[in-house]
Amino acid sequence: MAAVQETVDRVKSVDVDAYKYGFVSDIESEKAPKGLNEDIVRFISAKKNEPVWLTEWRLEAYRLWLTMREPDWARVSYPRINYQDLYYYSAPKNSPGPKNLDEVDPELLRTYEKLGIPLREQEILAGVQERRVAVDAVFDSVSVATTFKAELAKAGVIFCPISEAVHSHPELVKKYLGSVVPVSDNYYATLNSAVFSDGSFVYIPPGVRCPMELSTYFRINEQNTGQFERTLIIADKGSYVSYLEGCTAPKRDENQLHAAVVELIALDDAEIKYSTVQNWYPGDSEGKGGIYNFVTKRGDCFGARSKISWTQVETGSAITWKYPSCILRGDNSRGEFYSIAISNGRQQVDSGTKMIHLGKNTTSRIISKGISAGRSNNTYRGQVLAQKRASNARNFTNCDSLLIGETCGAHTIPYIEAKNASAVFEHEATTSKISEDQLFYCMQRGLSAEEATALIVNGFVRDVLQQLPMEFAVEAQKLISISLEGSVG
Amino acid sequence: MTQAVKALPTAAEAKLAADFADARKVLPGSGAVHALRTAAFDSFVVAGLPSRRVEAWHYTDLRGALREALPMAAQPPASATSALRVRLEKLVPRIAGLKTWRLVLVDGYFIADLSDAAALPKGVRVMSLADALVCGDAAAVELLAARGLGESDVALALNTAFMQGGVLVDIAQNTTLEQPLEIVSLSSGAVGQAVYARSALRVSKGAQVTLIESEACESMTAEHRNCALVIAVGEGASVEHVFVPAPLASGSTYVASLMTTLAASANFNSFTLALGGGLLRRQAFMRFDGAQGRGQLAGASLLKGKDHADTTLIVQHVAPHCHSREYFKTVLDGDATGVYQGKVSVAPGAQKTDGAMKSHAILLSDGASMNNKPELEIFADDVVCGHGATVAQLDDDQVFYAMARGLPKEDAQAMLLEAFVDEATDRVENEALRAHLTTLIGAWLSARRS
Repeated sequence: MAAVQETVDRVKSVDVDAYKYGFVSDIESEKAPKGLNEDIVRFISAKKNEPVWLTEWRLEAYRLWLTMREPDWARVSYPRINYQDLYYYSAPKNSPGPKNLDEVDPELLRTYEKLGIPLREQEILAGVQERRVAVDAVFDSVSVATTFKAELAKAGVIFCPISEAVHSHPELVKKYLGSVVPVSDNYYATLNSAVFSDGSFVYIPPGVRCPMELSTYFRINEQNTGQFERTLIIADKGSYVSYLEGCTAPKRDENQLHAAVVELIALDDAEIKYSTVQNWYPGDSEGKGGIYNFVTKRGDCFGARSKISWTQVETGSAITWKYPSCILRGDNSRGEFYSIAISNGRQQVDSGTKMIHLGKNTTSRIISKGISAGRSNNTYRGQVLAQKRASNARNFTNCDSLLIGETCGAHTIPYIEAKNASAVFEHEATTSKISEDQLFYCMQRGLSAEEATALIVNGFVRDVLQQLPMEFAVEAQKLISISLEGSVG
Repeated sequence: MTQAVKALPTAAEAKLAADFADARKVLPGSGAVHALRTAAFDSFVVAGLPSRRVEAWHYTDLRGALREALPMAAQPPASATSALRVRLEKLVPRIAGLKTWRLVLVDGYFIADLSDAAALPKGVRVMSLADALVCGDAAAVELLAARGLGESDVALALNTAFMQGGVLVDIAQNTTLEQPLEIVSLSSGAVGQAVYARSALRVSKGAQVTLIESEACESMTAEHRNCALVIAVGEGASVEHVFVPAPLASGSTYVASLMTTLAASANFNSFTLALGGGLLRRQAFMRFDGAQGRGQLAGASLLKGKDHADTTLIVQHVAPHCHSREYFKTVLDGDATGVYQGKVSVAPGAQKTDGAMKSHAILLSDGASMNNKPELEIFADDVVCGHGATVAQLDDDQVFYAMARGLPKEDAQAMLLEAFVDEATDRVENEALRAHLTTLIGAWLSARRS
């Protein structure tokens, strides 16, 4: 049981009270008046100096949002959010648009240093080839700095705040914004469409393999603000990009709302790898404060042989409501979802994925590991669907959960819908039932059933962790040792 | 998007409300029974017929399927008994190699004259639902109410409100029945009617019984059946239960609910064979009230044409050290739709629970579809729970293997399908019953071939 003990210790060490990033930076900021109405939407749009079509797009979303109701099907509970009691726009003063890092508020730079996010482009030391990551830093409602822009531009890669892309590449933004997550998609996505402030925009031209990892680092600093960022990534034919996302927030007694939308588009033969280490402030052990993380993330494998892979390590947020999904539209496209969700204290996690098989010969894979401790609830909710045309669709799903302590809950709610006879879907939720064939193979070579199971499970855990880029290795390392011994479906 | 806006009552909902207003005065029972019916009907009025918006009915749209509410079946007159006896012998032949004591329901009403009531051994007490409700014995009413099982289900609430026929069986302590009880549901053949029956079986401490539910329906017109069976398995008692719902005419709806409670060390094993026919919703609610209980819900569904069969299970582990198994196989041909929803919920304190749930489906045609939703809800840390669900087509290699040995393709497929379904029927312990089920499955498979 040593491995289980190790897991217990490990989870304790990520206890909510030990949240490291809970400091507040004292940075003067400019805010829109509290509350939400058409004027606020216009205000945000004007702040960004947006073209008329986008202002109209936002207003349309806002009017639609007024007619919608907050979803209540997830296994989470929280007091009703007063949407009129939030600031929808907050930007550090001196911004927007510092020309270079020297113009950026030094306090802000210090904040990112404290978080371990370098905003100054590192010099390459002689003989030392460091791996570099281009970072877009989003502070409350605006992007404050984007690094390595010049070098990326050499490769033809566009990596900039979306507010800038609206001006510099309107044709791309207009074509793809809202194409994967429509304005009317769901309550939070519609709200985001109306008030989104900033986020990253990425375009990889045909045949280009992005020369470095791209990363966005989100920080909520102001009190009573909501963060509504919008990320749009387009991988043109035959291109490849790996994108990382990290997030933190100060410790505050009241809950803060984070409602982001992420849209990925992969054209023919393109591949997008999207990794998240979500570490928003989870609230204290009594459930006071913390971020409500209501996020819509969806990728469209639009082209043939395209591939989208989601990897997430979820440890923060008071409430997580998040289902990174793949629409497998192109023939032979592939979707992947790898997730480790750890909940502690009074955290509530309702997360999972959707794999919508539309094209022929599409494959998807879901590996989800949930660990709940304290008085938290951890739910996996996922859908795998093969439409009539999706011949030879393949899915493999494996979700395991581990409960630590008597007061937490772990739940699994998969929806598996096959409308095509040649679809093959497999769903498993116990470690001992991974695959009889694999077990048999290992046991035939002299391993006991337990050893064989351990070997296969380790293989699966590695599958999740190997999906994480090097840059997240440190955080991932903490989770590598998490054993699934004694786990339940 | 969840919309809480309440839709206007459909024609069927309005008709049900009118029917209930008329029937409440004549439906059997008063006092507590009356209160039970009224509360159930009120919950129906608030919720309406379940549609896809109701999570538990996500894949089965009862509101859409019930376009009109058919009139309630009337009690067959005593003069019809001899004609019904002929009909019974013709439509529901005795199970080969198995002697049973029959309890016959016609359109849901218990007919003692057609039943083997007189031949029942000591320790078995039988009473019609109407008699039980009229005499208002509190224990009987509580048994029938099956509190805490499927309470939020609106279809079951309709059954509670309208229950008009059925039979109550009481098995005394330490009674071992030598031959199975068989509840035979026969339809009188009346055109277009609704049947609301509720039966109950109380098995006292240490008793052992096998219960078969056989059905026959010859009618070519649509009917609505909404039937429920309550089984209370006492301490250390053991019950084997086999249910073969009759394939109804197309356009029919059939909601069959099973509510089971298991006391300490009780043993319950239930099997359902669904052979399609209209819309069938099989819902089973099982709760472990005492430690060391063992419960199994198994079944097979063989569907073709436009059949729609929904198996929905809710297993509640309240007591510790219990063992539950759910095992279902579905074969889908034509444009059939299969649904499997299983939820195992483990309450805080139900430690050492061992639960496993499996649903496997084979799709034989492109028009067929299968929806699986195996669900786990766990609030205790020292448990072993798991579920597995697969959907696939027949393995080409296996078919080829059989064909290479000289079997025609159709025979090879039938053989593989039979083997696939047998894994479920193997869970029935009574050998003659198992053989009976295999025969029914074989008949379905050969009908498919021809």
